[in-house]
Amino acid sequence: MTPILEMRGITKTFPGVKALDEVSFQVQPGEIHALVGENGAGKSTLMKVLSGVYPHGSFEGEILYEGQPVEFAGIHDSERRGIIIIHQELALVPLLSIAENIFLGNECASRGVLNWRETFSRTEKLLKKVGLSEAPGTLVDKIGVGKQQLVEIAKALSKDVKLLILDEPTAALQENDSRKLLDLMLELKAQGVTSIIISHKLNEVRQVADTVTVIRDGRTITTRDAKAGLSEAEIVRHMVGRDMSHRYPIRERRAGDLLMEVDGWNVWHPDHAGRQVIRDISFNVREGEVVGIAGLMGSGRTELAMSIFGRSWGRNISGGVRLRGKPLDVGAVDRAIAAGLAYVTEDRKALGLILDESVKFNTSLARLEAVASRGVLDDLRDIEVAERYRNALGTRTPSVSQKVGNLSGGNQQKVVLAKWLFTEPEVLMLDEPTRGIDVGAKYEIYSIINDLSAQGKGVVMISSEMPELLGMCDRIYVMSEGAIVGELPIAEASQERIMSLIVTE
Amino acid sequence: MEIQAPGQVQATRGVRTYLRSHMRDYGLLFALIAIIAFFQFMTDGTLMRPVNITNLFLQNSYIIIMALGMLIVIVAGHIDLSVGSVMGFVGAFAAVAIVNWHLPVVLTVLASLMMGALIGAAQGYWVAYWKIPSFIVTLAGMLVFRGMSLWLLQGQSVGPFPQIFQRLSTGFVPDIFSEGLSKSLAAMAGSFNFNVLTMVVGLLVAALGIWMGLRARARNRAYGIEGEPAAFFWGRNLVVLGAFLFLMFKLATFRGLPNVLVTMGVLIVIYAFVTENTVIGRRIYALGGNTKAAKLSGIKTERLTFLSFVNMGVLAALAGLIFAARLNTATPKAGYGLELDVIAAVFIGGASMAGGSGKIMGAVVGAFIMGVMNNGMSIMGIGIDYQQVIKGLVLLAAVIFDVYNKQKQG
Repeated sequence: MTPILEMRGITKTFPGVKALDEVSFQVQPGEIHALVGENGAGKSTLMKVLSGVYPHGSFEGEILYEGQPVEFAGIHDSERRGIIIIHQELALVPLLSIAENIFLGNECASRGVLNWRETFSRTEKLLKKVGLSEAPGTLVDKIGVGKQQLVEIAKALSKDVKLLILDEPTAALQENDSRKLLDLMLELKAQGVTSIIISHKLNEVRQVADTVTVIRDGRTITTRDAKAGLSEAEIVRHMVGRDMSHRYPIRERRAGDLLMEVDGWNVWHPDHAGRQVIRDISFNVREGEVVGIAGLMGSGRTELAMSIFGRSWGRNISGGVRLRGKPLDVGAVDRAIAAGLAYVTEDRKALGLILDESVKFNTSLARLEAVASRGVLDDLRDIEVAERYRNALGTRTPSVSQKVGNLSGGNQQKVVLAKWLFTEPEVLMLDEPTRGIDVGAKYEIYSIINDLSAQGKGVVMISSEMPELLGMCDRIYVMSEGAIVGELPIAEASQERIMSLIVTE
Repeated sequence: MEIQAPGQVQATRGVRTYLRSHMRDYGLLFALIAIIAFFQFMTDGTLMRPVNITNLFLQNSYIIIMALGMLIVIVAGHIDLSVGSVMGFVGAFAAVAIVNWHLPVVLTVLASLMMGALIGAAQGYWVAYWKIPSFIVTLAGMLVFRGMSLWLLQGQSVGPFPQIFQRLSTGFVPDIFSEGLSKSLAAMAGSFNFNVLTMVVGLLVAALGIWMGLRARARNRAYGIEGEPAAFFWGRNLVVLGAFLFLMFKLATFRGLPNVLVTMGVLIVIYAFVTENTVIGRRIYALGGNTKAAKLSGIKTERLTFLSFVNMGVLAALAGLIFAARLNTATPKAGYGLELDVIAAVFIGGASMAGGSGKIMGAVVGAFIMGVMNNGMSIMGIGIDYQQVIKGLVLLAAVIFDVYNKQKQG
């Protein structure tokens, strides 16, 4: 059978870096092909070469599509041939309706006048296909990320997609939304659509993929039949180029004295009066303990952490926070920091970093007093601090004056962690600390967390990935709809127990 | 980017990479020099005549002073459209206070600056704490204060001012050196007058500049921090300080240092230092770069935004005083449309509309580019119609150059 897509000897260089080095990649018609690799391995670059974001001529090598050589000058050319890419960051316009988004750039219109009836009826059909029961007129703003992902796929279907490329489609999704999406992929496959999926979640890759191609450092490492007993450990080994039998570093578990206690915490929504988001939550962290907070997205985990951290979220906040038995003033972020709290946000790009500024700038930002005297910055101390944390955390950057926006996700996360470690907190609240970063970097982040606990700091870890919580925590609180519905010592915790606590509530 | 290593090959490569990443800074400087050279040639040397240089400083002082505040406002992610009106209003207030109410000059100056702070606070309050877009708040301010100066002046021009007030703008720093020395130097320079103080100050400032630059370089080298390649350091200093000393020499052969030049110079140094070397400066860049991240890092973003508008108000007030002093009268038209010149200067100087980037020196050079073009074109007798078109195109070209550079760096 001729492959639907064949990329031969693709080499793409950016000033100073070879992002792709003689990459070859074949996709058979009708299959789901998983493309895996660490962040920065070159997956997204390869897909950008394919879709024409990097036009023909800006790279070496050739692309054969449906058996013929193609030269795409832009994304329009590849779309016309039925190659559609759905990016990690969704490209929907939030204040337009689902129908308008689906036909954006491809409107059902005659002579520039929109045909609303056709737009809506076609949208309804497409939505049915992807299993979404929203009205076509609903604003995209009003539906969750999982549903937005489905709208993106419906949009792709509206363009008669032959080859669908999904870049990290489930990175921001809940378990059940992810499952829905994967089921949809299988369904599309049954209808003859070929897909390429880029993902870090190997269990999902194993669920849906027929073939797996691993890329590392801009080269194709291997292409394997996924149905022929390919284990996750084997994929990981190919990805990182080394054996990783332990996904979670081993830590000596020894919880000390009570460190932080939160009592009767209540928070109301800042915009919708009368909507209570956090209900009477009490929890505690001991010295050297890693405490997990499990729960679905929207269960109030982030809101809980942010409201404790200097009331950065919510209204009418009530309740008490104590550190070593003494009441803490956490009324504003600077006071919360001074009191020994740190909060590593789940959205490092939007809330954690100043992307246009350097590693150095970001590292000292939350504690500038320490690199200044009488309000005047001492550049040398600033650099010294940035270098210290760069070495301690193993941040891979050409220099501390590099813009953080140019670093990979894992390294950006290390810069965020460096910023908060420099404030020398007693308790760190980590919100999805490993979201969107690759296996190798995850392991490093876990090791950093273990080091913190060995130093006697308390860690609160919020995560949607249950295996991560089970692998890292000493104790897990389960949250559902703004309340804590269970507390499990690690010995009693399992994915099933956590899920059943969430579901029965 | 790499630390510059010894050896010819690395050195030239270092220079090239350095130039590429600092294209904006040098490009701006070269553009200013080229523009000066162009007009110097086109006006048959009138541009660089001592009296015209003095005029250039006087004419542009208030724009530059306001550009300092505007840069901070823009870096913080906002804009202030009201500065022209505020400047006019404060000038009007000072005129009425001095001429009609016979208040002492010093008291009036202090009250005017306070008035500027209050106006800035009134606008900053809505922007910072109510999150009303600065464009709208200051657009309203622009109308309100334009109207208030009309009301205050009853549509009339008010003046003239006592001499002490005029000195704010048109006065010169008296020479402290002996007349004999001045005479003999004047004879050497072939000019009517020679202000020794001006030249001495110029030489001292130049020497201080080189000394501070060398000290920073030595320190960077000691700590292995990558800095400007040596060729660039000396080249830049030669050009900048050479031009500076040339200007000071020209000023010395006329009437010396204008008071307003001293005020402006001191303010530029202070603001450059505050924005680049202090905690509050760093925080303003963080605020403009990503407000939410800055807030979650414990930075009081609202207060900083508020203060940046208060600061803008004070500088606009100072500019208003200088402007009124220069014209020796306050008119209802004073400052009309000036906000656009100020904003243009900041954007020509490389600031980004999105906030978080831009430098004081950039804004100052941007203001000078506009100023020299205004002055040069007027001397050449180019009509106001063409002048506007050319200025507009220069602004657009500068920003296109910026965007192009950014895209190339990817």
